[in-house]
Formats: sequence, structure tokens, C-alpha cells
Amino acid sequence: MSAAATRADVAPILRVEGLRTWFPVLAGIFQRPAAWVRAVDDVSFEIEAGRTLALVGESGCGKTTVGRSLLRLVEPQAGRVFFEGQDLLALPRAALRPLRRRLQIVFQDPMASLDPRMRVRDLVAEGMQVHGIGSDEAERTERVAQLLARVQIDPRHMARYPHEFSGGQRQRVCIARALAVEPRLLVCDEATSALDVSIQSQVLNLLRDLQQELGLTYLFITHDLGVVRYLADRVAVMYLGQIVEQGETEALFRAPQHPYTQALLAAVPSLDPVRRRAAATVRGDVPSPAAPPPGCRFHTRCPRIFDRCRVEPPAAYATPTGESRCFLSDPTEPRARGERAS
Amino acid sequence: MPLHIWINGAVALFVLGAAVATWRLRRNALWREAGRELWRRRPLALAFVALYSALALCDSISWIDAEGTGVREPRSLLVRAFPVDFQEASYSAPLADVEFYGGQPLQHPGAHWLGTDILGRDVLLQALRGARVALLVGGLTSLIAIPLALLFGVAAGYRGGWLDDLVLFLISVLFAMPGLLLLIALIMALGRGPVQVCVALGVTGWVSFARLARGETLKLRELDYVQAARALGVSELRIIVRHVVPNLMHLVVITFVLMFSSLVLTEAVLAWLGLGIDGSWGQMIDRARDELSRDPIIWWNLTAASAALFGLILAVNLVGDAVRDILDPRTLRERA
Amino acid sequence: MSERVLEVEGLVVTFPGDTGRTAVVDHVDLTLDAGEALALVGESGCGKSMTALSLLRLVPKPGRIEAGRIQIAGQDVLTLPIPALRSLRGRGAAMVFQEPMTSLNPVLTVGAQVVEAIRLHERVGANAARRRAAELFAHVGIPDPEARLDAYPHQLSGGMKQRAMIAIALAARPKLLIADEPTTALDVTIQAQILDLLRDLRRDSGMALLLITHDLGIVNEVADRVAVMYAGQLVETGSRELVLGAARHPYTQGLLRSIPALAPRGARLSEIPGSVPSAGAWPSGCRFHPRCPRAFEPCPRIDPGWTELRAGQRARCHAVAKEEAS
Repeated sequence: MSAAATRADVAPILRVEGLRTWFPVLAGIFQRPAAWVRAVDDVSFEIEAGRTLALVGESGCGKTTVGRSLLRLVEPQAGRVFFEGQDLLALPRAALRPLRRRLQIVFQDPMASLDPRMRVRDLVAEGMQVHGIGSDEAERTERVAQLLARVQIDPRHMARYPHEFSGGQRQRVCIARALAVEPRLLVCDEATSALDVSIQSQVLNLLRDLQQELGLTYLFITHDLGVVRYLADRVAVMYLGQIVEQGETEALFRAPQHPYTQALLAAVPSLDPVRRRAAATVRGDVPSPAAPPPGCRFHTRCPRIFDRCRVEPPAAYATPTGESRCFLSDPTEPRARGERAS
Repeated sequence: MPLHIWINGAVALFVLGAAVATWRLRRNALWREAGRELWRRRPLALAFVALYSALALCDSISWIDAEGTGVREPRSLLVRAFPVDFQEASYSAPLADVEFYGGQPLQHPGAHWLGTDILGRDVLLQALRGARVALLVGGLTSLIAIPLALLFGVAAGYRGGWLDDLVLFLISVLFAMPGLLLLIALIMALGRGPVQVCVALGVTGWVSFARLARGETLKLRELDYVQAARALGVSELRIIVRHVVPNLMHLVVITFVLMFSSLVLTEAVLAWLGLGIDGSWGQMIDRARDELSRDPIIWWNLTAASAALFGLILAVNLVGDAVRDILDPRTLRERA
Repeated sequence: MSERVLEVEGLVVTFPGDTGRTAVVDHVDLTLDAGEALALVGESGCGKSMTALSLLRLVPKPGRIEAGRIQIAGQDVLTLPIPALRSLRGRGAAMVFQEPMTSLNPVLTVGAQVVEAIRLHERVGANAARRRAAELFAHVGIPDPEARLDAYPHQLSGGMKQRAMIAIALAARPKLLIADEPTTALDVTIQAQILDLLRDLRRDSGMALLLITHDLGIVNEVADRVAVMYAGQLVETGSRELVLGAARHPYTQGLLRSIPALAPRGARLSEIPGSVPSAGAWPSGCRFHPRCPRAFEPCPRIDPGWTELRAGQRARCHAVAKEEAS
């Protein structure tokens, strides 16, 4: 199942082009934008139906904003988001409503994701009420029971409040709520990050099963590379608002091309009792997204920097596994590992 | 239809509404827990508030005796607890047998536990009847102010933009005006009746809660469960009604209880200026001013009214502090 | 010939609950020698943070240390008078917490906070203290340390704040550093830097480290020995190689198996069914038995004792005891 063959015969269910979401920093008496936080700055990727793309990066890289921009929970400034062929960003807000069914999101904090004053049954049924799924309340209650059972929560507990459930159970309620409107794509925004390891595995297994059963497509936003390796078909690595590398998971983990990806993978603590990690290779802290460095955004921390990196922003060059935004992957760059003939 | 019938009807409706609300709230585990906790912490203060409320209720239900049997004015339940025509000629000391000035024997010797005032009216009865006015001021005004504050505050907080700017401007203007003068002007314009006073107090009193509601809405708007509702396609209005307002209810309860006492005190000040509601403790205190400088001093009017006022305010404040602690979202979560 | 820096025996910490007081830390024993790193691992609610707090008598009310003996650098912590306890805090042992954002006073400069820690334990003048603070900052890898002394916490990144926290902890040259989830709130590249720092500090000064964490990867990186906690009790202890490489207790095994990083792609992750019981609702007998794949007859009835395994490893499990007996 080579990447090229898959791309040819299945049109991607989601294709994002040049997404830009900037937040203004207001100042002055008239509250005019003095600067812009470039949370998402020219992001492009695609996902095929039934597959999982993981969006990884550290805090401030913009991955959460990408997820929210897709659902227009924040409004992007520019770009196109083609979902099932339609550009979501070009639609007026009113026309967005029926499409909301097809794209759903599960958030990170199971405590904050459920209205503490509503019973679980009403929480799961709300989406159904809004979109007219189910002909009456009784039928909706029946569907809620089925959904709860599907996520391994006892349907008899549907009259309970969120605080009466554990963190893992609450997260499963969130999944049930998202599934209630029969989506095709699910954005999981750090959906397992707040859970203990033993609970996390339950939720990951559930997500995996649901994908196989219902053909769901996932955009899995996370910082946990272990989960990525396990769950994702393709990975996109973000840094300061841009995708610096993307490709098939196995290949990217085996042979990362971008220095940031290499540093990220090298920084993850190893679980092999015999072999421990080498010392960290990247220095310093992440610059502020309101004032990204000129040229390549990673150049201030990159161990393999050269002069061009400081002034010129690299394009996304093709690599054997996908693409990488680094001059080391530029076929015309003579300093790229000296492997290419000039 | 005579006024007292309307009032009886209003009271009946109110009691019915309160009963329904309590029944519905009792089904909600969170509120039930809070109620029990409140009773555990402040049983005495709650009992006092209940006592005052009972007095107010008794004074609100009135009817006319049948033809030929008694007085032709409507008399309330509370008044009926006292003898008919329980009046003297003028001042008398508490439990006295004779008038204060002149020593004439009283009509009801020894029966006036707190004496009588300048018109000979029993002071205890007046003090008790003041409860109705106090609860009216607190209750009706809050009924006006709080929904108004919610409307402006939540709309401003949720929508933002020009609506927010407008509401903030309005709030700032109202805050900048000297509250008392504004009240005086409104009451002069609207008239001197109890409802008008409550309206005036309500219209000037909504601002601080509106600011609070706006701030809380701004916070709630960003919470994940509101975002999840938006992602589900729930309309904005529905989000506000189903997700934002219910999560403001704890603030409403706290504000109501704390506002209550400040409203009663404000009415007392208005009474001092001659703009209060008839029969209020403030009015009693206002009338009693001159009596203090007499020799021998006439103290029972002022004392009775002040004590009654103090008792209610203290009880309400104690309950209010406990309510605030119990409904604090942090403790809510801890107990859950 | 290492000195024993920490010795904990039979520690019990209780909290009031609906049914009287419950032990959230139930008879925990720990030892740590100079230069060693012990990782206390467990999931949320297992009692590991409470254990760490009790070492310096920092258990928040209404919690109480009910029983046990704690010795730090030879001093009996639980019977120390308050002034001596204050001196121990910082000099005998120091603590670093999880959230650098809330652990630093936002209205004081970080320099002022380090100086305060220094002057609490040494009689030095303000200038000398400041010099030492700058040295400490350099020691923990804060670039431009002199200038950074005058920075406020909000002006520093998460990683820098955590380094400042570590500098404050090191101010009085403690023999033991207790780090409670020090990198949980940090990005993975920053986490790697902080873990390297902790390792270097230990190597240079012979300081012992008690690391509280839920991340088995960090345990592998940092620890010499591991103690696994579940529901207030220790369930397995031993060297890092043995506990991570040859775990015997079903809970430890379950944890290791449910880590996605160790699982083959596409296969189901091994799950531990059910969820962690809350304090006060501990199951009878062995607390893990409702979720244990190897539970058998004695497990719901009898709380298992320790089974000694090779090379100092031990596990608290009837199934393991049965294996060893045969």
C-alpha cells in the first residue's frame, strides 16, 4: 500500500490548503492590532477517508488552533478547507450548520468538556435534537443508550451527572456525544492527554475499534509521540505555526528528515531498560508565536543551521517519506548532507 | 376589584411559583445538596429569615369581614392576631397602663408590649408589619433587577462587539451617576407607591450584577463544553439558555441574597428622605427621630424598628455568606 | 559506602472521608542512599504525591500523618521541633513541584526568591547571596544568569521557571531532592533538558533524588530503583532493570503493556479493565484484585504480603508468591 497508489484512487476526505489563523494583539486607545500571533501560518495537509493523521508538536505550535479552525470555532484569516469537496471556509456561517454533523471534535479536558449541570443523557442527545435525528424523545433516549453501550458505559447511568463519572468515562461520554450526530471526521484534540496510562489505552482501543467499525477519519492532535506511532497512518509535525515535516508514520519515525523532528524523537524518554536516550540535542526555548524568527523558524535552536537558514524561509521540499520544510531536503542545496550530485 | 384581592392573588401565585420551583430544584442533586449544607451551617439565621418571611406572608393576605360583623376595611392575618381597634390616643410606654403624657388610663392597659407611637398605634404590630415591606422591597426589586442584569450582561458577554461596548457604556454611565440622586429623581417621576419605589430601585440596581454576569459569561464562553455545543451546531440562543445561564445560577442566588440586605437599607435611607414605602421600618425610624430629643426620652419606636431591621439584615447576611461559600464552584467540584 | 539519606518505615497518611478517616498512604517503606535516584511511580490517586509531601511534613490539612518513621539525613522528621524542621526543609531535603507557574511567587523576581532561600539557611550578606544566586542559575543552565535574576516569573518560559525552581531547591545544598512530577507540565524537548540537568546535578554533587512520576519513560531515563504504588500501597519495588524489564506484579505488567509506545502498530493495546478505586472504597483483600487478570482464591480475602524475589526485587501479590513457592 504505497503512498502514491493510495493517493491516486481515493480522493482525500479533507484537504487543507494554506490555512492561516492569526490572533490580533490589541493595543492603544482604539484597540487596534499592534501585532499578530501567527498561531497557524500557511498549513496544508490532507487526510484520506478512514485514515488517521496525527498532528504533533509542542505547546504553542498551533496544532490545537488548526483543529478549531477546521471547525470554524475560531475563524481563519485565509486558506481553504475542502471537506468532501466543499470549501468550508467559503461558506456563510448559516450554511455551516448542516455540515456540523459531519465534522466533530473531542477535547482534552473531560471535566471541562461536559456541562456540569446537565445529565449525561441530555448531553449526548443535544446534538440529535439540534439536527433532528430521531423522531421523538423516546427514540433519542434509545439511541443514547445504544451509544453509551458502544463506548462501554452502562446505559442505566444516563441520568447521572458528569461529576459522578471518572475521567476516562467522561471522555467516553464525549466520544458518544460526538458520534451521536454520525460524523465522518473526528478531530481528537489531545483527547487522551489528560488520562492515566491505563485509562488511555482503553480510550485508544475504543477509538481504534470505532474507526474500523464506522470508517471514521481522525485528525489526532497530540504531543505524545508514543500514541502517534501506535495510532496514526501519517504524521505532520508542527513548529511555530507551520508544518515542518509530514509523512507516513513508520517511515518518519525511522528516518526523520527535519532537525526538529529528529530532536523531538530524540527527546522522548526511551522505555527500553537496556538503552537510554542520548543527551538532548536542541537548546533554548520556543520563540514567541507573535514574533517568529526570520528565515527558517527553527533556526534559533537548530543544531544543523547554516547561513541561508537565517534569512530565507524554506519551502516544503519533497522527501522519500513525504515532505520537509528544511533546506537539507532541498535538492538544489549543495550542503544537504553532500549526498546529491550538484 | 379591590386592591387587597389583587394582592392576595399575587401572593397565591408567588407561593405557588415558589413551591413549583422548590419541587423542581429538589429533583436536582446539586441544589439539594447545597440546601442541606446551608441548613447544616446556619440553622439559626435561616430560621430567622423564615420567621420574617412568615410574618410578611401573614401580613399580605387580607380580607374584609362579612357584613355587619366587624371593621369594613380589609385586615390582614397578622393584624387579626391583635385585638380589633388596638389603638390608643397617643404615646404610651411599653407594657404601661397609662398614657405617656397626661397619665390617662389606656384602652388596652398592659397589652402594648412595645408601647404605642404618636398616633397611638401599637409599636409591636407596626414593627412586625414592616417585614412585609422589607421583603417586598428585597424580593420585587430583585425580580426586576436580576433578569435585567442577566439580559444585558449575558448578551454583552456572549456576543461581544458593539453590543458589549454599548452595554459597558450604559453600565459606566449608570455607575457614574450618584445613585441616590438618580433614585430620588426616578421616584419623583414615577410616583410614591411601593411598586414605583421597587421599580426605581430595580432600574438603578441592575448594573453591578450585570458586570458580574458579563465577566462570568466571558469565561464560560471559552469553556470546552460551550465549544463542543457550537461544534454540534447548537444555535447561539440555545447555548445561552441551556449552557450559559444555568451555570450562572449560583451567582444569581448569591447576588440575590446579598443584594437583598442592601436594598432594604437603601429603602430605609429613602424613607429618611421621605420617599420610602409606607409602613417600612425606615419610615418608623424617620418618624422616631424627633422623639429622641424629648424629655423623658421616647425610645421604643426607634428601638423596635432598628431591632427588627437589624435582625433581618444580620440573618440575611449570615445566610448570604454561607450561600456564597457553598455555591463557590471550587467547593462545588470538591464535594462532587 | 553511601550514607543512607532517606529512610521511611510504615508511613500512614490519613484523610477524613464519609466513613471516618481513610489511609491514602498505607504503610509505605522507602530507602534511599546518597547519589541514588528512586522513582515512585503510580497513576493519579495512588498516593505518591502525599507520600512525597509527608517527607517534609507538608501534608495539607485535614490530612494527617498517622503513623510511621521518616528519617532524613539521620534526623527523625516526625519528632523534630518546628525550628529544626524548617532548617531541615531546604538543607536536608528540598522539594520541586509540578507546576512552575504556581510554585513561584508572581510578584517577586526569581532572583529575590533564590536569595530568600539562600539566606534562610546561611548567614550571608545580600551581595554574597546574590552572587551565589547567579552561580546557582548558571549551574542549572539558565543563560545570562545575572540578568535573569531580575526577571519576574511571568517573563520566563516554563522550562526556565522549572530551572529557577530547581535553583531555589538547591540553594541550601540539600542531600535529598524530592521532585514531584517536575516535567509533566513541560514540552518533551524541554523535559529532556530538565532530565539531563537532574542527572548532571546528581552526578556532580552526589545528591539523592526521589522522583515522583506517572511516566514510565522518565523512570527508565532517570531512576536507579523503582517503587510502584497502587491505591495507597507499594506493590512492587526493585532495580530499574528488573522492574521495567522483568516486572512481576500484574499491575506493573499491565501498565507496561498498555503503553502505546511499546505496542506493535495496529494491534489492540492491552487494557487494564475497570478504573482506579477511590480512597475509602478500596476493595477487600488485595486492592488490585477486581482488575487483575491473575486473581484467584485468596486475592479478595487476604491483603498480600511481600514476596522477596531476586536481587532485591519484591512484589506484593498472591500469584507471585505462589509462583515463587513452586
